[in-house]
Amino acid sequence: MTQATYMDATPYQDDLIKKFVLAATFWGIVGFLVGVVIASQLAFPALNLGLEWTSFGRLRPVHTSAVIFAFGGNMLFATSLFVVQRTCKAGLYGGAVLGTILFYAWQLVIVIAATTYVLGFTQGKEYAEPEWFGDLAVTVCWVIYLVTFMGTLYKRKEPHIYVANWFFLAMIVTIALLHIGNNLAVPTVLFGGPLWKSYNIYAGVQDAMTQWWYGHNAVGFFLTAGFLGIMYYFVPKRAERPVYSYRLSIVHFWALIFLYIWAGPHHLHYTALPDWAQTLGMTFSVMLWMPSWGGMINGLMTLSGSWEKLRTDPVIRFLVASVGFYGMSTFEGPAMSVKAVNSLSHYTDWTVGHVHSGALGWVAFVSFGALYYLVPVLWKRERLYSMRLVSYHFWIATIGIVLYICAMWISGIMQGLMWRSYDELGFLQYSFIETVAAMHPYYVIRAAGGLLFLLGGLIMAYNFIQTIAGNLRDEEPYEATVAAAARG
Amino acid sequence: MFSHKIFETNTLALIVGIVLSIAAGGLVEIIPLFTIENTIEKVEGMRPYSPLELAGRGIYVREGCYNCHSQMIRPFRDEVERYGHYSLAAESQYDHPFQWSSKRTGPDLARVGGKYSNEWHFKHMVNPRSVVSQSIMPTYAHMQRPLNVSATIAGEMKTLRLVGTPYTDEQIANAVADLEAQATGGDAAKAVEARYPKAKTGDFDGNPDKLTEMDAMIAYLQMLGTLVDFKSVKPELVNR
Repeated sequence: MTQATYMDATPYQDDLIKKFVLAATFWGIVGFLVGVVIASQLAFPALNLGLEWTSFGRLRPVHTSAVIFAFGGNMLFATSLFVVQRTCKAGLYGGAVLGTILFYAWQLVIVIAATTYVLGFTQGKEYAEPEWFGDLAVTVCWVIYLVTFMGTLYKRKEPHIYVANWFFLAMIVTIALLHIGNNLAVPTVLFGGPLWKSYNIYAGVQDAMTQWWYGHNAVGFFLTAGFLGIMYYFVPKRAERPVYSYRLSIVHFWALIFLYIWAGPHHLHYTALPDWAQTLGMTFSVMLWMPSWGGMINGLMTLSGSWEKLRTDPVIRFLVASVGFYGMSTFEGPAMSVKAVNSLSHYTDWTVGHVHSGALGWVAFVSFGALYYLVPVLWKRERLYSMRLVSYHFWIATIGIVLYICAMWISGIMQGLMWRSYDELGFLQYSFIETVAAMHPYYVIRAAGGLLFLLGGLIMAYNFIQTIAGNLRDEEPYEATVAAAARG
Repeated sequence: MFSHKIFETNTLALIVGIVLSIAAGGLVEIIPLFTIENTIEKVEGMRPYSPLELAGRGIYVREGCYNCHSQMIRPFRDEVERYGHYSLAAESQYDHPFQWSSKRTGPDLARVGGKYSNEWHFKHMVNPRSVVSQSIMPTYAHMQRPLNVSATIAGEMKTLRLVGTPYTDEQIANAVADLEAQATGGDAAKAVEARYPKAKTGDFDGNPDKLTEMDAMIAYLQMLGTLVDFKSVKPELVNR
């Protein structure tokens, strides 16, 4: 009798997950908005407003931190802590307390980081801009996260650790090492310098290598391994099919985490980094194509037998498109890591476009898919307020991404070619500013693409508000074709 | 027969497996950079930043200039013609953090020192479009405010010494005096030039009465890439 009561009462800490879901939605929109602002600044410099706090150099880290650590971070907390409870059949270790501390501490970290960037306090390392006090706060959060996640794995009632949790765990452990390794710094206040400043222990070439060991694996683990964890739970769940190949998951996992960590030097091709390190970085980046596509195949083929759902379920459309974008950007990445290609693409918008095909197409789309799945489940609603709005979101965001990455391909390759172009007399054909001026139309198109992506995010937020309020939009449901219904 | 089961049923085994898998790459790529001797070329001329240059570099980092400007010239014909000799590792050996950057929305600045006059830099910073009509750079007129680092600049240099920058006691003791003297120029700056060879001295921002952030910023920009005398650099020395 007691047992039955226990089984009926849900042991899961879902109120906490709800908080992370709302925070991810909120910060996603903030991050997209700042992205649109800084994209517009590049097209129309007057939008820097002539104020130090709103200049591109200070706002760009606000954008990157907001989308990676605020949107992405809350997304990872929401999904990993949701998934680990379900797949372990256990409530969170530390109950609601640890998780709630993590939630508020992380939001505080985000606010501290954004505020200090705007005020001009920064370490000056890409994607690792928070000063020493911000880094310490991140470390505290991460320890709480590790304890919560590991503790829940330990108290699991399932004998096996589900594949999604391998990816989440690898992400947590690796990010801890990267964060600490890259941010070792001495606060200047210890020697009578300013309170808000520190000097990194590394300099020059060693700092460059350490920074891109961190930077590339912030992509590889935070934005890839973590979000593959999302894929491995939410794609099978939503498609109601088992993961395509268990053996492929194993190979995918170990090959991915082993190879990714080597790829950092491809950010430093033809720089003063020694050639041996560049060659290592290039070689492993090319090899990384294989596990990446292994993962893509595993995700896509999970749909086999239920491809019909692409027509009838816009949420599946987000999930499948995300895996498609993952495959595309993990092909483009190894190509760009080849030194000959990199000599053209480096320093140009091509890199920016590549990042965004991964960030918007893969990370954000798989997140939207997971969020659309989670909201009705967590708030115990029959379904989303509107599936039609999900479909609008999908198409508007997809058009936005296509505009964005095509504009960046053109501007990036064009600028790279203009820089190295010679006239018939053997002089450089273009001054630098001529190449800047040539970018203008593409910067306008890119900003428009970003605006569409933001609009999609707002549609999603509206859908969530209505769903949580318990409303159902009066609309025609998506139905399976007669043939599919007959098969089903 | 090896089975994957242990990783799926034992959290500790899984963690150990993960740590071993990710440790290899980082260790192999990072540690040798500290131990292989020719990673940083032995060239003449490199020295730590003067207090004024260091303050300028602090402003460069504060404003996030690295988001649009690289400081790393690659060994290609077009880059060498456009910007000058390709960058050496030695040239950023005192940079905490490095500012190579990964984007050239604006031109590379690794050797911008001496390319433009102080006056040009001042006008460009206050309003870039007054000197380059198609520029998309933000305005930095706020750098005309006083440079407020006298109380802390020595502390910054001491911190840098701890992380490896070879500042001497003399340089640290004279930090504030050097800071002001470098922007004054003339005889007052003789000691600065002795302690920091090739330092550019004199009033940088057209306002000799006031030590401003602009003075520091321009002093920093004007020394970038000027320290190494490439006439004395032998090719085999920079062959990595």
